[in-house]
Formats: sequence, structure tokens, C-alpha cells
Amino acid sequence: MPELDAVDRQIIDKLQGEFPLCERPYAAVAARLGISEDDLLMRLERLLADKVLTRFGPMFQIERMGGAFVLAALAAPEARYEEVTALVNALPQVAHNYRREHQLNMWFVLATETQDGIGAAISRIEADTGLAVYAFPKEREFFVEMKLEARV
Amino acid sequence: MDEIDRALIVATQGGLPLVLRPYEVIAGKVRISETEVMTRLKSLLDSGMIRRIGAVPNHYAIGWTANGMTVWDVADEQVDRLGAVVGALSFVTHCYRRPRALPAWPYNLFAMVHGSSRDECSAKAEEIRLLLGDACRANDILYSTKILKKTGLRIGG
Repeated sequence: MPELDAVDRQIIDKLQGEFPLCERPYAAVAARLGISEDDLLMRLERLLADKVLTRFGPMFQIERMGGAFVLAALAAPEARYEEVTALVNALPQVAHNYRREHQLNMWFVLATETQDGIGAAISRIEADTGLAVYAFPKEREFFVEMKLEARV
Repeated sequence: MDEIDRALIVATQGGLPLVLRPYEVIAGKVRISETEVMTRLKSLLDSGMIRRIGAVPNHYAIGWTANGMTVWDVADEQVDRLGAVVGALSFVTHCYRRPRALPAWPYNLFAMVHGSSRDECSAKAEEIRLLLGDACRANDILYSTKILKKTGLRIGG
């Protein structure tokens, strides 16, 4: 894993939300962090290239726009794991995908613009892989605040 | 949400441009003014269509190397009350009630916990188990061992 310095950690910790809506937002953030705008932009480029950050931008709640986010899982045979990963990841509707230790060893989130899109994506994955997909739509959300401070 | 908002999503879902005036670049793509880009993003934030604008870290790269999805089979009549209690724990980053898929999957409450080690995650899971008490009939913790994809939403242009 790439080494992070104190400024990188500040960027990761302070920039997980509330990015300013003004003409020069990076300049505003850089001033708060006590670095130059160019330095901030270079560091963000590096953090993204090194995959310390997976993205930088708005996080959309597609459900509020008539779409759907659904957690789903399947049990991929070990011998076919890579092939199944490639088939599942090929769908643009697959927003995230994690390998987990369980008989259901592949857990992914489908994000679609319409409710119907979920069923279509699941059918497609089942047809492409020949494996059953379990869907776990959220029935109730108690809490979501995915902000973790850098620990390294 | 109208067609321009949709075009804004398509223009920003891959991330904000890393340039001095990112909203001006987006304005050029969507063919509206820079001011309108900012105004529209503000109202999408206010209405909750955008959860937040910022950086999404890779947990592993920033030291959170153990990431566990804790799952619980909680009595139906108690799951909503207890879900709120579990969701309020400071170390739980997501907490949802979801349908069971019997017989393969008996769990209806999902809570994500993170740590620098599996021991740290299992200690957090133990705190949840104590809170749930007798209402919980079975539980498990599914550790992630690899990020296979993490691009976020992608709608068609």
C-alpha cells in the first residue's frame, strides 16, 4: 500500500463531505488545509491513481430519483471465481462488488435508474453465470454514514 | 429531477474534474452556466438526491484492513426497535433491515463494522450481540477479503 503523509491523511479525513460549491472549490479547501491549490490537486490525482481514494465527487441516492440500490449475493464455485467476477463486474449496474468469506462468497450492489432495472440485471447475471442470485433489498435503513478516518 | 439534473449526474458520476474550476468544466458538458451547475448541485444535496460531495476512500488503503458485514437473525417484532439501537452505535457505518432468504439465509439485520484487525471487528460484533440479547437467534460475520469492484453508480449517457 502507498505511504501516506500527514497532509494526505488530512485530505482523506476532511474531504469526505461538504466539498464547497463555489468557483474555486479546491482553492477553498486548500486554504483550510494550509496547502496550495496545486498541491491539493496533485495529491488528489495521486491518491486516486494509487487507489487510496476510489472516487472523488458526488454520491447519489438513486432511490430518491426513482431508481434502486439492491444488495445481492451469489455462491461462485472456487474454480470459476475469476470468470464469475468478470461476468458480474461487466454490468455497469454493478456499483460495488466484494469477495466475502461465506458460502455466498460474492456480494455486490446493483444501482439502477428504475426499479425494473434490478430484476433485469439479476436475470442477466443468472443467465451469464448460470448461478442463482439472492437479492437483499433494504426494507429499512437505520443508519448510513460511511466516513472512516485514515489510520495509517 | 429533470433532464438537466440527469445530465449533471452523467457528467459527475465518474468524479469531479481535478481542475481549478471543476464546475465550469461540468457546465460545458451539460451546456448550462457554471452558476446553474452549483445551484442545481445545491438543490440535489438539499433534497437528499446527493448524499454528499467528497472523497471515497478505499478502506484497506487507509488502515481499515478488517471489514466485516455482521448479520443477525432478529425476531421480527423487535427488529425495527433493535435496528435503530444498533445503527446508533458509533462504530456501525451502515445498518439495514433486509429480507431473509430461507433456508440459505436466516439473517434480517445487517450492520457493517470495520477495524484494523479481525479481533477488533469481532469485539464490535460482540457488543452488538449483547445489545440484541435473546431477540437474536443466530448471527454471523462475513469478512471481505477483496474489493472486486468499486465504481459507484453508473447510469447511461
